[in-house]
Amino acid sequence: MSNDIIRISGLKKVYRVGDIDVPALRGVDLNVARGEFLSVVGPSGSGKSTLFHIVGGLTSPTSGTVIIDGQDMANLTDLDRTRLRRGKVGFIFQKYNLLPTLSAMDNILMARHFGGGNGQPLSEQFNDLLKLLGIHHRLHHKPRALSGGEQQRVAIARALVNRPAILLADEPTGNLDTENSDRVLSVLRDLNVKLGQTILMITHNPEAAAYGHRTVTMRDGRLK
Amino acid sequence: MINRLVIENLKHRRLRTTLSALSIGFQVTMILAVVGLSRGMLQDSQNRARGAGADIFVKPPAASAISLGGANMPEKMIPAFFIQQPHVVRAAGSLIQPIGGISTVTGVQFDDFAAMSGIRFIEGGKFRAKFDVVIDEYYAEQNKKKVGDSIRFLNTAWRVTGIIEAGKLARIIAPLATLQELTSNTGKISQVLLKLDNPKITPSVISALKNTPGLEGYSIYSVEEFVSMFSIDNVPGLKAFIYVIIGLSVVIGFLVVWLTMYTTVLERTREIGILKALGASPFDIINLLFRETLILALVGWAAGVGLSYAANAAINGLVRASLQSVIVYDWWPTVMAIAVFASLLGAAWPGLRAAKQDAIEALAYE
Repeated sequence: MSNDIIRISGLKKVYRVGDIDVPALRGVDLNVARGEFLSVVGPSGSGKSTLFHIVGGLTSPTSGTVIIDGQDMANLTDLDRTRLRRGKVGFIFQKYNLLPTLSAMDNILMARHFGGGNGQPLSEQFNDLLKLLGIHHRLHHKPRALSGGEQQRVAIARALVNRPAILLADEPTGNLDTENSDRVLSVLRDLNVKLGQTILMITHNPEAAAYGHRTVTMRDGRLK
Repeated sequence: MINRLVIENLKHRRLRTTLSALSIGFQVTMILAVVGLSRGMLQDSQNRARGAGADIFVKPPAASAISLGGANMPEKMIPAFFIQQPHVVRAAGSLIQPIGGISTVTGVQFDDFAAMSGIRFIEGGKFRAKFDVVIDEYYAEQNKKKVGDSIRFLNTAWRVTGIIEAGKLARIIAPLATLQELTSNTGKISQVLLKLDNPKITPSVISALKNTPGLEGYSIYSVEEFVSMFSIDNVPGLKAFIYVIIGLSVVIGFLVVWLTMYTTVLERTREIGILKALGASPFDIINLLFRETLILALVGWAAGVGLSYAANAAINGLVRASLQSVIVYDWWPTVMAIAVFASLLGAAWPGLRAAKQDAIEALAYE
């Protein structure tokens, strides 16, 4: 059995904008090993986010093969993709995307609710993770009371609460200053090293990309 | 967790939550007030009919039991026939004349009627002159009238000689002969009230009266039969009116919640995208919005019930001679169901729209 947790071949995605077909991905082939920290770089419009969305089950491919942790994405219904998001994938976004009306802890518990762990206490391992992220003392604050760095670390905790097979990070330091960027990237690297977490990170920043084991570059819907 | 998100969302937008709940509340109050008013008016009519002290009411042919007027019965039937019937100890005729809206004046032979009903004066006494009237306490209170004051109806000025306790057949009682003369009904009355020596034999007396030659076509009721006709079903158009009010309330409730939830969905597009990214299914999104709507409807219902008490107090405190209202507890579950139904209906389309929202577009929404 292959050790690759993500296997992509001949992946194409075409968006229909009015009467015009706009190709976002023109045939991507990519394998990511279990426990790998992969950085995806490339200019705006190169197809990075589309790749992120397909791997995360937020949209379906037009053609090609995408296998996530042994599950072929080609024939998934919307409900199947919802299930995939609940269990196999955790998202981190550039704008943190915390629910503004809930506290940091409730944001984490909401993800846990959808993941099926509603009502169960958080594991000791996850509490250790909160300490590693440095947010254990800030969990009862709402997002507006947290700094950008803290919000992103809460978002990381939320993404990991269901122990996903893959952590997808879309420009996770795009809204952060250098200090907070370094801290978030260090946390991601620690998660990868200590927990063996597979991470696929999209970034514009070469310094951020350097935190990964491997960097691939996208341009015009293809990997270079 | 979903419930916590629902509560926090509602708390986060307090003004909109409050206004939406109040809007639903007004819809609830509108229904409760209309039904309470209808029932209150009918109950008041029932109480006043009972307060007349009669055991039997006799209405002429073709007269509606709850009509506001009409005089088709010869007054002379009282001495010539009714008072002579077995077990009848008192007989009094009355002439009911509308004087605008749903207000009426009732003409009686005062002594006969007083003996039957046991009228008690709060102030003053019975009428002595042709254009004297007696009014009840509600009428006096609402119109700020006291003994010696003048009131005007049927193009005539009347002098108030007494104020009686409420619940004795009529709010305004005038001399029968004067009223007959003014309404061109000389010698005619609207109904006859009979008092028996033993109320328990009312059915047999009614049966005997119905079999009396010459009384064919007359409506003869026991007091309980008579008051039972004061129901929503027996007032022409009232039920339809209530249904129209309910229909309007459903439409208003639907529109309020539709607008609220539509703007909520637009405003929270990004939040919906986040929830979908976290693994929320379309059902979860609809479930979330429906729970918010349900809380709005229930809070609105509670507010509406509270407001209905205020409406009830205002009606009974300010205009109880003209309008009477009661609290209709038995309608609370019905209006709750109406509020919930209209609200969920209003949330359905925005909910479906939110459920179908593309997660990527939602996450990109600013």
